[in-house]
Amino acid sequence: MKARSKRLMLVGGGVALLAAAVALVLSAFQQNLVFFHTPTEVMEGKAPTGKTFRIGGLVEDGSIQREADGLTVRFAITDTAKVIPVSYRGTLPDLFKEGKGAVVQGTLGPDGQFRATEVLAKHDENYMPPEAAHALEQAHKAGMTVSQ
Amino acid sequence: MIPELGHFALVLAFVLALVQAVVPLVGAARNNQSMMAVARPAAQGQFLFIVFAYGCLTWAFITSDFSVQLAATNSHSETPLMYKITGVWGNHEGSLLLWAMSLSLWTVAVTVFSRNLPDAFMARVIGVLGFVSLGFIAFMLVTSNPFDRLLPGAPQGRDLNPLLQDPGMIIHPPLLYMGYVGFSVAFAFAIAALLTGRFDAAWARWSRPWTTVAWVFLTAGIAVGSGWAYYELGWGGWWFWDPVENASFIPWLVGTALMHSLAVTEKRGAFRSWTVLLAISAFSLSLLGTFLVRSGVITSVHAFATDPARGMFILALLVIVIGVSLLLYAWRAPKLTGGGSFGLVSRDTTLLGNNVLLAVVAASVLLGTLYPLFLDALNLGKISVGPPYFEAVFVPLMTPVVVLMMFGPFLRWKNDEMGAVVRRLAPAAVVSVLTGVGVAFAIGNPTWRTMLGISLAAWVVLTSFQLLAARLKDRHGGTTSSRLSTIPAAWWGMWLAHFGVGIFIIGVTLVGSIESNLDLRMKEGQQADFAGYTVKFRGVVEADGPNYDAMRATIDLSRDGRAIATLQPEKRVYRAMGMPMTEAALDIGVFRDVYVSLGEQLPEGDWIVSLHYKPFISWIWAGCIFMVLGGILAAADRRYRRLAERSAPAGAAAHAA
Repeated sequence: MKARSKRLMLVGGGVALLAAAVALVLSAFQQNLVFFHTPTEVMEGKAPTGKTFRIGGLVEDGSIQREADGLTVRFAITDTAKVIPVSYRGTLPDLFKEGKGAVVQGTLGPDGQFRATEVLAKHDENYMPPEAAHALEQAHKAGMTVSQ
Repeated sequence: MIPELGHFALVLAFVLALVQAVVPLVGAARNNQSMMAVARPAAQGQFLFIVFAYGCLTWAFITSDFSVQLAATNSHSETPLMYKITGVWGNHEGSLLLWAMSLSLWTVAVTVFSRNLPDAFMARVIGVLGFVSLGFIAFMLVTSNPFDRLLPGAPQGRDLNPLLQDPGMIIHPPLLYMGYVGFSVAFAFAIAALLTGRFDAAWARWSRPWTTVAWVFLTAGIAVGSGWAYYELGWGGWWFWDPVENASFIPWLVGTALMHSLAVTEKRGAFRSWTVLLAISAFSLSLLGTFLVRSGVITSVHAFATDPARGMFILALLVIVIGVSLLLYAWRAPKLTGGGSFGLVSRDTTLLGNNVLLAVVAASVLLGTLYPLFLDALNLGKISVGPPYFEAVFVPLMTPVVVLMMFGPFLRWKNDEMGAVVRRLAPAAVVSVLTGVGVAFAIGNPTWRTMLGISLAAWVVLTSFQLLAARLKDRHGGTTSSRLSTIPAAWWGMWLAHFGVGIFIIGVTLVGSIESNLDLRMKEGQQADFAGYTVKFRGVVEADGPNYDAMRATIDLSRDGRAIATLQPEKRVYRAMGMPMTEAALDIGVFRDVYVSLGEQLPEGDWIVSLHYKPFISWIWAGCIFMVLGGILAAADRRYRRLAERSAPAGAAAHAA
């Protein structure tokens, strides 16, 4: 093989490899993005059913209930405008509390109940998960425009 | 008074950094010996002042001087001494000071260990490092002064985040920073080479041990961080593809590519322009990683808006470092053509392939990490990119890397024959695939993931031993032990690090395939069966620590009536912040960990107990230890020292003249 055709093969192989890698990355990216919705958006039907997404807000006061097994927990996430009922089985994070911010990831059932596979709470006492803060802010803005 | 002294020392360090950045570079350009000679003392003086400043800040933490803002927000009079000391870097300002101190330490190390470098080259390297230091100290002095006073002083501090009050967090940040910052040396060598246009084998040989040592620190730092997440976060995961982790993993991937690319540049003179680009990228990504983690952008992009000065400074610094070095690269790189040519089947090709793949992996991790931040910053919506994306990308891209990794050492540089290598490695390949399929069925987990993982691990382990056997057979004459002793340390380093990758893959694959988890509601005295073990919950007592109140459970672990361990997980509440924390308890073994953590207490006095069975997780850490040891061996190879000795007389003569 001549040096020139060797080089061509090397470059060609490299380009093919890169193209395959880019295709892989982009398709994985498309399939695995998890979108975030506020409780208000979920109530308005903007959230997908059957697909994983996240909801953020406050854990509503007095909403935490445990089933008899002690492991399945029901609670509600609110952005102060709308309330979404959530069920979750597993250990809750240390900082999960009523009246505090939380983010849940899971799917929305046809009954309007959100089945969480993951519950994230704040990292420390003062810090609110950004998604939760965002949801409250949105609801607050919406509330103001309605009242005007 | 002491904080003011620290602040003043930092100002003096800034002045010395300015001298170190400007004078030697001007001297090198004008070929002025006395100006170049300023490099060493300026760098060493700067180091002393930074260490002094760091000592002053530590003093404020140890003595609980809560008139220092940073101590008031990150320490508490009841915090154990160890965590008062480590609390210094558990925050933005203090970690910047630690960063500057590691940079200074690396610079001093260069002045001490690279005496054999030509004076002009050395002056340029130290000058470039001076510029980086200048940027960092300026950033601290202008926007993030660690010595800011709080007047009037707080009566009590707010304590260090309890998650960071852990032995793992004592060594993780310094290791990680030594790794991040260590790439600044390879970066400075690359920039110095771009300035002079000198890119010979000597340049690559000088850069190699520095890059390898930085890589060793980074590997160790990431591994310790991962271990910390495993036992401290309370649910037994060891890697989350969290932006904070990715920030350190991206420079690791590029640094790994750089280490290998430098090898080709040294041995064959090839890939020179690619090596320079990698050196620039590795350091730039380290900078980006530091800022991502420390500026608060990850928790909220809008944290930038609350302190625009800080955000703008960071962006400016990044743009200057990346922009100037890329401009220099664009100007000089066209001169870097040539170098050794090589055939399609050669060690050079396998290294090139792996370099490109590692760069693609790094880019895809970077994409997944930054994309949500961009969308959020532009108010285009909030998304998160979780582990499924990273796994979907990482596994297929790293598979060929692992395969090629073991092909390379069997091939000759420049040109080799495909047929011969395939014939040599075919048996190992067949046995690997059979092992993968066999093990997957044997452990009752016949998934693609398990088959692929075990096959790859078997491939690495088998070919490693085949490589060792071949190496011993190649040498003519002598006994096996005499042939063993002729193998250079660098070869053992390569062998051990690659072998470590195999061990690591075994751990990752098996823990992912056959781990199990059970959350239980337990009463005092209750027993449960879990993963072949019997778990007995003996109850909970109060057990208060120096700065926290805790409930401590006692759980007996036994198997077939034989006691194995007594585990005592805790649920703590740190008094200063009122922050609850789960402290898991582990029974660590070679083939499995049993991991127990305490969940909530239920109204009736029962507790939720979370049990994890983690097979082969120790192999993940063992793999990392092999990689680290391999790196140390490679960097300690005699030929780097021989080089120093050989050129030492010439250097001494130059000094005398």
